[in-house]
Amino acid sequence: MGLVALQGCSGDSYPQSAMHPSSDFATRLDDLFDQIFWWAVGVFVVVEAVLIYVIVRFRERPGGPRPQEIHGHVLMEIGWTLAPALILVAIAIPTIQTIFVVDRPPTDENALVVEAIGRQWWWEFRYPELGIVTANEAHIPVGRTIDLRLRSADVLHSFWVPKLGGKRDLVPGRENQLWFTADSAGVYWGQCAEYCGTAHAWMGMRVIADEPADFEAWVASEGADAVALTQPAERAGQAVFMSNACVSCHRIQGTAAVGVFGPDLTHFGSRLTLGAGVLENTEANLIRWIDSTQHVKPGNLMPEVQLSDQQVAQLAAYLRALR
Amino acid sequence: MADASVTTVEGAVEHHAHEHHGPQGILKYIWSTDHKIIAMQYLFTGLFMGLVGGLMAYVFRMQLAFPGISVPGFGVVSPHEYNALVTNHGSIMIFWVAMPVLIAAFGNFLIPLMVGADDMVFPKINRLSYQVFFVSAVLILASLFVEGGGFGGAWTAYPPLSAQGDYNLSSLGATLWLIAVALEFIAFLLGGINFITTMMNSRAPGMKAYDIPLVCWMIVIASILFMLSVGPLIAGAIMLLFDQTIGTGFFDPARGGDPILWQHLFWFFGHPEVYVVLLPALGITIDIVATFSRKKVFGYKIMLYTVVATGVLSFFVWAHHQFIAGIDPRMANVFMVTTLLISVPIAELCFVVIATLYGGSITLNTPMLWALAFMAEFLLGGVTGIFLGATGADIYLHDTYFVLAHFHYTFFPIAIIGTFAALTYWFPKMFGRMMNDTLGKIHFWGTIIPFNFIFIPLFVLGLGGQHRRIYDFQNFPELAAMQPFRVFATMSLIVMLLFQLVFFYNFIQSLRKGPKAERNPWKANTLEWTTESPPPHGNWPPDQLPRVYRGPYEYAHPDREEDYWPQNLPA
Repeated sequence: MGLVALQGCSGDSYPQSAMHPSSDFATRLDDLFDQIFWWAVGVFVVVEAVLIYVIVRFRERPGGPRPQEIHGHVLMEIGWTLAPALILVAIAIPTIQTIFVVDRPPTDENALVVEAIGRQWWWEFRYPELGIVTANEAHIPVGRTIDLRLRSADVLHSFWVPKLGGKRDLVPGRENQLWFTADSAGVYWGQCAEYCGTAHAWMGMRVIADEPADFEAWVASEGADAVALTQPAERAGQAVFMSNACVSCHRIQGTAAVGVFGPDLTHFGSRLTLGAGVLENTEANLIRWIDSTQHVKPGNLMPEVQLSDQQVAQLAAYLRALR
Repeated sequence: MADASVTTVEGAVEHHAHEHHGPQGILKYIWSTDHKIIAMQYLFTGLFMGLVGGLMAYVFRMQLAFPGISVPGFGVVSPHEYNALVTNHGSIMIFWVAMPVLIAAFGNFLIPLMVGADDMVFPKINRLSYQVFFVSAVLILASLFVEGGGFGGAWTAYPPLSAQGDYNLSSLGATLWLIAVALEFIAFLLGGINFITTMMNSRAPGMKAYDIPLVCWMIVIASILFMLSVGPLIAGAIMLLFDQTIGTGFFDPARGGDPILWQHLFWFFGHPEVYVVLLPALGITIDIVATFSRKKVFGYKIMLYTVVATGVLSFFVWAHHQFIAGIDPRMANVFMVTTLLISVPIAELCFVVIATLYGGSITLNTPMLWALAFMAEFLLGGVTGIFLGATGADIYLHDTYFVLAHFHYTFFPIAIIGTFAALTYWFPKMFGRMMNDTLGKIHFWGTIIPFNFIFIPLFVLGLGGQHRRIYDFQNFPELAAMQPFRVFATMSLIVMLLFQLVFFYNFIQSLRKGPKAERNPWKANTLEWTTESPPPHGNWPPDQLPRVYRGPYEYAHPDREEDYWPQNLPA
């Protein structure tokens, strides 16, 4: 069946597929899935084959024998009750083991706490121990347990990075937890998996697993204030930013912009994507985003600010300089 | 049995009153208290709503296959419209198609006829049930056209999204949706009273508990499950209505509420609801399988007790919908065990059907094909359910298209295959004419093959990481590569919808010109086949109500030359 075909597909063509796990968490789930898969295929094939055999074998034929009454068959009835029960026990045991392993708090005292806060329709990531606040792209170190604290600022969301971990819901008024350890460096795709309103389709994220040294470098730059500007266009863009509605929602550390409703933009220029994983972070895309955000991501809560083309270009230059 | 005869006399009195003073002409079809007319009202309303739900699927599947195009007959689908379409497709197909057709239409038509009663015990409550249902259907359709558009908060209506207009952008649509759902529940509470009391009290003399056809038992057990489970959700719906309209905070953490509470109330009802619609479809299947394999149902009592066990267990599985909501793993494991446990009786039911077929003389006509397809397709729905019941695997399958494909492999066999099975089997009795079998078979294959071609690709997409309720997967470059699967599923849906024209043609042509049906065209044993086709008002002449001498499935009995033995024939 198609399921088998998909399992054979390369990870490159399906970066979203959970079939190619890259963390302890995802590997456990994948192993469990494989076990259940073969039981399910077995049961399906056998029962369906028996059903079809019986239909073909006992089709009405002219002059065929008259059906004989069957008055129950105790052994058979016990057999077909026990068989599914035993198969289910065989499935239940590894499932229970898996669930206790993935839900057990980490023993690693060195675990890195990351807070993920879901908002309509983007992700805020906070690293309380490192003093970092960022959005939509979380960097994590390879080989170190991530202790993810999940909260929501508005409606239900769900954290899901198929190759690493999740799903686990973000519930307003509660804090859910999730632990995993990435086993190889790379950019992992993820998104909100619990329906959360109009722009749910656009609530993506990236989790970037770095080698420990790269992660330290990222922490050093991400924790710092916004960089000093060098070009006149960037300074002009900064003036546009500060004199418009932008400042009321966005924060740029080290400047007068301290808004909290939208994503933190302190190091926006170093991100891979914009709009919560919607577009690649290029100058053209950024201009498109500022110009017609409601066309790019319908329903999102950023208003379309009336700016001249020149102002938009300056704003884009400024934001892209924030590395 | 004394009770039954009393009811019968009263029924006969009312029957006379009707003939002289009852509504005439077209009003007869609107104000009638005749269970058969009410069955038709439910049937045609349900089929109409099914058409609406199917066309909704056409619109959003077109958007998924060809994002951003102007869908012929609808136009460009905005994200909010997409969300409203999928929300209402789900609600309509379950509450306004599966329930009215399987439980209300066939329950109304079959129960009095199969137990040998002249009507329901409470005919006026029965009429009220349909009227409330009709209002709910009008409301749900109206909610699509109000300012802000239809409700787009998913059929599960999880708060806070569903509770606040700021979040879901359709305050009025959401409120109308909730009121419509609550009214629909009330309609089925009213209907259920009749199914249960009629089967318990109005049976023909001589009909013992184990002489009742299984389809009646199944509808009654389903009604009991519904009555026991729906209370908490009606309360929840009123709480949510208050949250929406007068600013209470039952489900709002900022005001001391808890959104998870709704999930418990919803699924405490929502899971038994699956069995509420499954059981009638299963009963229909079993009756048809027995008739067309000319075999006694293998283990009538096993079947009955198994169904009761399933019903009881279905109250203890609800939290498997919440495995990823952050519930304690110990609690998750309890619900996982109950969920896996419920597949044992379901497997048993499947084996009983196979054992009934075994050694029979199987006629593959249209109703039988539908009944067999129900088993063959539901099996895949059952097997894929194991992945979701197993907490660990559910973590990554939850909210993906794997779930979507899984429950369509259960609900499609129930709501669509079950309906066509029943409709083609009882058509001669309902309308007094035979349907064309060749056209029926064309329609069967034209529905079943595309059905599999729609949903098997969706299993693959789900495993590839495609998550639910996304109006345009081009937003996710990582999922865009799987577009051919989406196009294929959509094309299959269009083919399937087109084949429904064959059914409508066959239905209307057979109504007008089909050969007249005799009383018992399938040579079946149950009581409805002993009266005229269609049955007159009162079902049998008042002095000729049937008497029952044996069980409903005495086919190919060794003591009898004919291969069937109607329940009402004296030995």
